[in-house]
Amino acid sequence: MREINVACVRDAVSEMCIRINHVLSEDMQCALKNAVACEKSELGKQILSQLEENLVVAEEEMIPICQDTGMAVIFMEIGQDVHFTDGNLEDAINEGVRKGYVEGFLRKSVVDDPLIRNNTKDNTPAVIHYSVVPGNKVKITISPKGFGSENMSRVFMLKPADGIEGVKNAILTAVKDAGPNACPPMVIGVGIGGTFEKCALMAKHVLTREAGKHSDIEYVKELETEMLKKINELGIGPAGLGGNVTALAVNIETYPTHIAGLPVAINICCHVNRHISREI
Amino acid sequence: MIKHINVPLNKEEYSKLEAGDYVYLTGIIYSARDAAHKRMQQCLDNNEELPFDIKDQIIYYMGPSPAREGKVIGSAGPTTAGRMDKYTPKLLDLGLGAMIGKGKRSADVMNAIVRNGSVYFAAVGGAGALLSKAIVGSEVVAYDDLGTEAVRKLEVKDFPVIVVADSKGNCLYK
Repeated sequence: MREINVACVRDAVSEMCIRINHVLSEDMQCALKNAVACEKSELGKQILSQLEENLVVAEEEMIPICQDTGMAVIFMEIGQDVHFTDGNLEDAINEGVRKGYVEGFLRKSVVDDPLIRNNTKDNTPAVIHYSVVPGNKVKITISPKGFGSENMSRVFMLKPADGIEGVKNAILTAVKDAGPNACPPMVIGVGIGGTFEKCALMAKHVLTREAGKHSDIEYVKELETEMLKKINELGIGPAGLGGNVTALAVNIETYPTHIAGLPVAINICCHVNRHISREI
Repeated sequence: MIKHINVPLNKEEYSKLEAGDYVYLTGIIYSARDAAHKRMQQCLDNNEELPFDIKDQIIYYMGPSPAREGKVIGSAGPTTAGRMDKYTPKLLDLGLGAMIGKGKRSADVMNAIVRNGSVYFAAVGGAGALLSKAIVGSEVVAYDDLGTEAVRKLEVKDFPVIVVADSKGNCLYK
């Protein structure tokens, strides 16, 4: 049994929230750089160059990359031999978000109730997903999610007979509908299988995978490559103003499902696909 | 075509802009997004005055991140315009000059743009740090309690936008 003081979690969460809203991970910086080289439209190229310049200004002057610093989505992978001390874990995570968003001059974008809608003024609560894993470590992954792209995300409860073609159609439909609203070039997270909520959670989680890395499952890897090509052939382009770079990556996660179903979730993310992990 | 213009323009001049024009705005614009639009609509429903005179003005759909010490504003890129579609035709009919946002507009808004000789600009979504450099003044003029969603009077210098929808009904989005 290893003891971890929840204050360590709080401080890590706070630092990570600030860091990732100002400095994009290297995989995403790289993906954007490649996009500038690939884009054929002049206006598209110009927009992508502005996005690259935006990243430089954000880091150098500590101005958030995007004003929508997101709702903090946090994945906690907790080793089963860990015992948290000196407080409630969930309170500590939210305290970390509060500290990070207030001290880091990040935007407070969370309302306390979906219909009454009073701003909580500290960006809490976070959306937290826990999983218990072997070992005595804790891995924290934070992915602040902006809502321009979140609003364009979809869940399709397909029939088994719809098969892989149905899945491809679902992905293309979601991306087409998202168009310029989701701040392309986008990153597309797809969850296939499981249940209604499981596929959505997979679609969210797989957005935290490094851009450029593929699934270990051969047919899934091929599907990722094919869908990226098909999406880029839609011509939506950077900022939705036309071009051949509409998505930077398509990341797909799968899970066993029921004999009667084929759930597919598409979680769309903009080019500011923020994800950061730390192990304690 | 690249154009440098001082804003606000008068109505006739907005209608001369064409879809595809790359425009640098210098002058005054106002920020307002979801919650501010809802309150403005309530003002109109109650026959009260709007918190600022919208005649010929430009509304920028934007809620900034907080300004660090010594800075005018934080990150300040556009938000999705479609969420304001419900409120926009009425504001255009009352004299609003133009809007800055990102993403598609409803048919009602597109018709109102043509009807009023208005224009819809897009700023590059997700370039909030860079865009903030073109904002040289910021003052909350209404709904301070809304925090980031308050109405701000912004002074801009060479603020870069693209004409997406013009007064002739042209639209760059497919």
